[in-house]
Amino acid sequence: MVISRGFLGRRRDGDRGGRLPPGQYDVGDRFPVLSAGPTPHTPLERWDFTVEIGRQPAARWSWDEFQALPHEEISVDIHCVTKWSKFDTRWSGVSLDALIEAVSAPMAAFVVGFSDGGYTTNLPLADATGGKAWIVDRYDGGPLDPEHGGPARLLVPHLYFWKSAKWVRGLRLLDHDEPGFWETLGYHNRGDPWLEQRYSGD
Amino acid sequence: MDHIAAHRLDGNAAAGRLEDVFAVEITSVRATCNGCGATAAVAELTVYADAPGTVIRCPSCEAVVMRLAQVPGSTWIDLRGARTLQIPLR
Repeated sequence: MVISRGFLGRRRDGDRGGRLPPGQYDVGDRFPVLSAGPTPHTPLERWDFTVEIGRQPAARWSWDEFQALPHEEISVDIHCVTKWSKFDTRWSGVSLDALIEAVSAPMAAFVVGFSDGGYTTNLPLADATGGKAWIVDRYDGGPLDPEHGGPARLLVPHLYFWKSAKWVRGLRLLDHDEPGFWETLGYHNRGDPWLEQRYSGD
Repeated sequence: MDHIAAHRLDGNAAAGRLEDVFAVEITSVRATCNGCGATAAVAELTVYADAPGTVIRCPSCEAVVMRLAQVPGSTWIDLRGARTLQIPLR
C-alpha cells in the first residue's frame, strides 16, 4: 500500500497534473537554446514590426511604437518538438489579435511569421488569433535575451515551440497556406503537442 | 563570445548524416553558395546541429546551403542553397 501510494505520487508529480503532453519531459529550471543559425543583433532603432497583406506592407510599428501597444502578461507551459517542456514561463507581449486587427484583410486564412535571418513559420489564422498567440518582448520580468529570440519573438504556446519564431519581424497574412522553415522539411504542418504532431504524416 | 557560437560546428559534424545518403566522401565535396557564390568544401561549412534538424550554412555570408532533417523512416534534404556540388571522383 505504501509503495502504491508512492508510485501514484511520483506519477502525479511527473506529469504535473496532466500538463505534460505525450512523449515530453519536464526540463525544470533550464531553458535550452536551439539554434538554426547565428543570432541576429538588430539595433532597436532599426527594428520594426510589419504586418503584410500578401507581400504588401499594410502596417508598421517602430520599436517605440510597439512598446506603446497594450501588452498582456502571459504565463504558459511551452513544449519543444525535441521533447523538452517547460512549465509556467512568464512573458509580456502584444496579442496577434491586436496586430491583425490593425489592418483590414478579410481574405486572410493563414499567417506566416518571418524573422531576421530568414526563418519562417506558418499558422492557420485560427491558431494565431483568439488570444492564443503573441509577439513577446519580455521574459521573466526583463527584456527578452537575444539567444531566446530578443528583441521580440512569436509565442504560440499551444503548438510545438518551433512555431514560436525567434527574432520575428513581421506577419504575412495570406489566403493560402505557405509551409515554413521546418514545415517544409519533414516536420508537421500544424504541430499540436497534445496530438504529438511532430512529423509530417503524424 | 556569442552564446550561439558555442552551438556552431564545422561541416565534419554533418558528415555522418550526409554519408548515410550520398555514397561519396562528403567532406571533400565543394559546395557553391546560392546566396553569395562563395565555394567551400563541406568540411568548411558552418553547421547548427541542435535545431530540430541540421542547418548547414555558408561560412562567408551565413546563408543556408543545405538543410537535413531526420524524421522516423526518412531523411529530408533541402539543397536549394547550393548552386552546385563538385564531387571528386575516386
